[in-house]
Amino acid sequence: MNLRSPLARARGLGAAHNGTNHWWVQRLTSIALAPLMLWIAYSFISLATSDHAAASAWLRSPINAILMLALIATLFHHMQLGLQVVIEDYVHSPGRKFLTLITMKFGTILLAIGAAFAVLKVAFG
Amino acid sequence: MGTRSRPLSPHLQVYRFEWTMLLSITHRITGVGLAVGGVLLFWWLLALAVGPAYFSVVQAILSSWIGRLLLLGWTWAMFYHLCNGIRHLCWDIGWGFEIKTARNSGLLVLAGSILLTLASWMAIYAMRGA
Repeated sequence: MNLRSPLARARGLGAAHNGTNHWWVQRLTSIALAPLMLWIAYSFISLATSDHAAASAWLRSPINAILMLALIATLFHHMQLGLQVVIEDYVHSPGRKFLTLITMKFGTILLAIGAAFAVLKVAFG
Repeated sequence: MGTRSRPLSPHLQVYRFEWTMLLSITHRITGVGLAVGGVLLFWWLLALAVGPAYFSVVQAILSSWIGRLLLLGWTWAMFYHLCNGIRHLCWDIGWGFEIKTARNSGLLVLAGSILLTLASWMAIYAMRGA
């Protein structure tokens, strides 16, 4: 027996009213991150012994600045989606869960904005 | 109806141990570790934006033996999460669910992540020597 209304079934959003969005966006960001992480790994290997001048010159190159901004957006988005699931799994009390979740989300957003700002400052500075 | 009586999934102890379980929890642990690595990426970019003096302090901390040990851990965590993430994407398109295939792909992920980590650090030390 299905107690859901035909409209609710057609929308397919489930009890959390969010459908498969979280799952889907985590997959999308992971697909984007795979080449971006290989790029950053290669870049950090080549930058391992660089000083400030060489590292800044590297980030001032438009292609590196653009890819770094893409990486920041994708990585921190993927990161907050993943940490959200971990918190939901292990923090049981509703109040503490809410507090931990919004602290993590606000913190991640600040890190992402800060990192992007640093990239722009180096790129245009 | 109270929420207390809702059925819950059984605790992990009821399942016979399979080493692929370790791979599964390692994906989560490396994910959390890489979130800390996200803070490191922010810190490194911040240092780059602040200036040469602060950047050399960060560079000195990262190239100390403990810094290098942590970076080695992050390198492996990144490659593990990347390889196992691709394994998850294969499962998402319906490939590799047979027990034998899942075990083999797990071994491949483990071996691949270790090899990529070793190759990365050998490349760094080769450049340093040059």
